[in-house]
Amino acid sequence: MKKLFNISNTLITLLIKLCGLISGISVLLIIIFLFSEASGLFNKPSIDQETVIAISKKNTINDPEAIQIKQIFNREIRNWSALGGKPDSILLFRLDDLILYYPADAVTEVPDTMRARINRLFAQHDNLIGYFPASLMPHEFSGRVLRIPNLNVMDFIRGREWIPDARPVNIYGALPLITGTLWVSLLAILIALPLGLAVAIYMVEIAGRNINRILRPAITLLSGIPSIVYGFFGLVVIVPFIQDQFGLPAGESALAGAILLAIMALPTIISISEQAIRNTPQSMKEASYALGASKWQTIHKVMIPFASRGIIASALLGLARAIGETMAVLMVTGNAAVMPSGFLEPVRTIPAAIAAEMGESTQDGLHVKALFALGCILFVITLLINLSVEYMQPRTKKRMML
Amino acid sequence: MSKKLMQAVMFTLFRLLSLMVVCILFSIVGFIAYRGLAVLRPQFITGLPENGMTEGGIFPAIVGTLCLMTGSLLIAFPVGLLSGIYVSEFAPDNRLKRFIQIMTNSLAGTPSIIFGLFGMALFVNQLGFGDSILAGSLTLAILVLPVIIRSTEESLNAVNPAIRQASYALGATRWQTVYRALLPLALPDILSGLLVSFSRVSGETAPILFTVAAYYLPRMPSSVYDQVMALPYHLYVLSTSGTDPEATRSMAYGTALLLILIVLFFNVLTVLVRRLLSKYVNIK
Repeated sequence: MKKLFNISNTLITLLIKLCGLISGISVLLIIIFLFSEASGLFNKPSIDQETVIAISKKNTINDPEAIQIKQIFNREIRNWSALGGKPDSILLFRLDDLILYYPADAVTEVPDTMRARINRLFAQHDNLIGYFPASLMPHEFSGRVLRIPNLNVMDFIRGREWIPDARPVNIYGALPLITGTLWVSLLAILIALPLGLAVAIYMVEIAGRNINRILRPAITLLSGIPSIVYGFFGLVVIVPFIQDQFGLPAGESALAGAILLAIMALPTIISISEQAIRNTPQSMKEASYALGASKWQTIHKVMIPFASRGIIASALLGLARAIGETMAVLMVTGNAAVMPSGFLEPVRTIPAAIAAEMGESTQDGLHVKALFALGCILFVITLLINLSVEYMQPRTKKRMML
Repeated sequence: MSKKLMQAVMFTLFRLLSLMVVCILFSIVGFIAYRGLAVLRPQFITGLPENGMTEGGIFPAIVGTLCLMTGSLLIAFPVGLLSGIYVSEFAPDNRLKRFIQIMTNSLAGTPSIIFGLFGMALFVNQLGFGDSILAGSLTLAILVLPVIIRSTEESLNAVNPAIRQASYALGATRWQTVYRALLPLALPDILSGLLVSFSRVSGETAPILFTVAAYYLPRMPSSVYDQVMALPYHLYVLSTSGTDPEATRSMAYGTALLLILIVLFFNVLTVLVRRLLSKYVNIK
C-alpha cells in the first residue's frame, strides 16, 4: 500500500514537472517554427524556381536588381540606357506574348518547337527581355539568363514596396507594413491614453463606491468582447462616419483603424493605470493634504508621478495589443500595402497582411515564407514591448488584465 | 487661478471624459444588441445558413465553436493547471522557474495571429493534421495556456502560507499538500481562470483562420479531423466576404450579439461561481 502510494506520488510529481517544461518550451517552439519557416525566404532570389528571366547575349548590362526587373515589366523603365546598357528601347516578352509573334495554334505545340521559337526570339532581338518556364529552356540557349540577386534580411526590412504577386520577380519589402502598423497603433494610443487616464483618475478619486462597483465589471466585460465584434462595429459605424465626415470615396483608412484600436485599448489602459494610481501609499497622500494641497494638486503632483511607471506600462501593453490586433484592423483600414502618407489613406498592418494574404497564396511558395518573416518581425516587436514592461514593473504588481 | 477653481475645472473635465468614454463603450454593446435582438430567434440558433447565408441560422458555427472550446480547454486546462502548480509549489526558486515565468508572460503578450501561423506550421503541415478541429484546438490551447497557468499560480500563492506549513508539518508530501490543502482553497480563482479562457477561446478569430475555420460547411463534424465553421470567423465572412455584405448584415448583427452574450454569460458565471464557492472557502 505504501509502495503504491509512493509510486503514484512520484508519477504525479513527474507529470507536473513535465507540464511545467511543456509550457516553458512552447514559446521556444513558436520561435523555432516562425523563424525556420521564414528563413526559406532569405539568401535566395525572390523568384519562383520554375521561372527563368533572360536577355539577348549581345546585351551587356549587369544583372539588375529585383526592383529594376519589376520596373522593366511595369514599363516604368523603357530604355536599356537606364540600366547602363546601350540606348535602345526595351522589348518585353512574356510567354503569353508568344501569340503576338506566332499564330495562336503554334503556341500549344510540343515543347521542342516552343524551345526553338524562344531561342529564335532571343537571337533575333538584341533589346529583348523575357521570362518563361524553366522547362522550356532551349538546349543551346541563344540568350543570357539573368541572375536575380538574393534577398537579404535588411533588404526585406528596408524595402519600400510590398508586391508579393508581381511577375516575374516578387517584391518583398516590409517597410510599408511596418510603418503602417506603427502608424495606426501609435495614433490609437495617443487617443486612448489621455482618455483612459482620465477615467482611471475618475474611478480612483472622484467616483463613489457604487459607481465603481458597476464600472469595473463593465470594463472587464468590454475587454473580453472579441476583436471581431469590435471590427464589425467599426465596419458598420466608424467607417461610414469617417467617409461622410471627410467626404472620402471610402471610409476605410488609418484613422478608422486608430479610433477602433483606441476603443479596444481603453479597457486595458483604464484597469492597469487605475491599479497603479490606487497603489499610491496613503501616507504620501496624507502628507500632501497636510501641506495644504488640494485633491487635484495631490493627484497631479503626488499620485500621477508615483504611478507613472504603471501608467507607462499600461500604455505599452495597450500598444502591444494594438500592434498585434488582427481582425478588427483588417476590417477597417482598407488594406493598401503602400507607404502611409496620411491618416485618411488606407494602410495595411502586418497582422492584417498575414491574415488577408495567407489564404490567397499557394502553400510552400515564397509568399507564405514572406508572411512568416512578417510574423517574425511582429513577434520581435511585441516581445520587446512586453519584456520592457516586465523589466519596468516590480514582480508583485504584475499585469492584471491580459 | 485659485487651486479650488482649478480642481473644480479638472474634476468636471474628468467627469465629462469618463462619461464620454463610458457612453462610447456602452453604445457599442447597445447598438449591436439593438440591431441583433430582432434576429436572435430560435430558428437563427438552430437553423442552417440558407440562400447564400442571407437567411436561416448559424447552427453549424455554434456547434463548431463549442467543439473548439471543449477541445482546446480539454488540452489546456490539465496542462496549464499542472504547470501552475509546478511553478508555484514544486519548482525551486531558480533560473528554470524564472525562465518558465518569463516564457508564459511572453506567451500571454504574443499576438493571436502568431499562434495562427505557428499552428499552421506545426499542427496543420508538420504533423499533418490538416485543417481540423484537432489542429484548431491545439492552437487555441497554447493561446489560453498562460491565462490558466497564471490564474493557478496566483491563486495558489494567495493561499495563507500557514496552511501549507501546517500540512507539511503533518508529514504530507508536496502533492498531498497541493491536492488536499491548497487546491480546495484556490478553487474559486482557478475556476474563474478557466471561465475566462472559455470566453477568450469562443471569440478568437486569427488563430483559427488557417487551422480549422471553414467558410461554409453546413454539416456536423464527424471526427476531430473535420473542418468546422466557427462563430467569430462566420461573423468575419458575413460582414466582409459574403456574396452580398448588405444582405447578410442582419445575420451578422445576430452573430455579433451572440458572441457578446457568450462573453457576458461567462463573466456572470465567474461572479456567481466566486460568490457560491467563497461561502465554503473562506480561510484565506
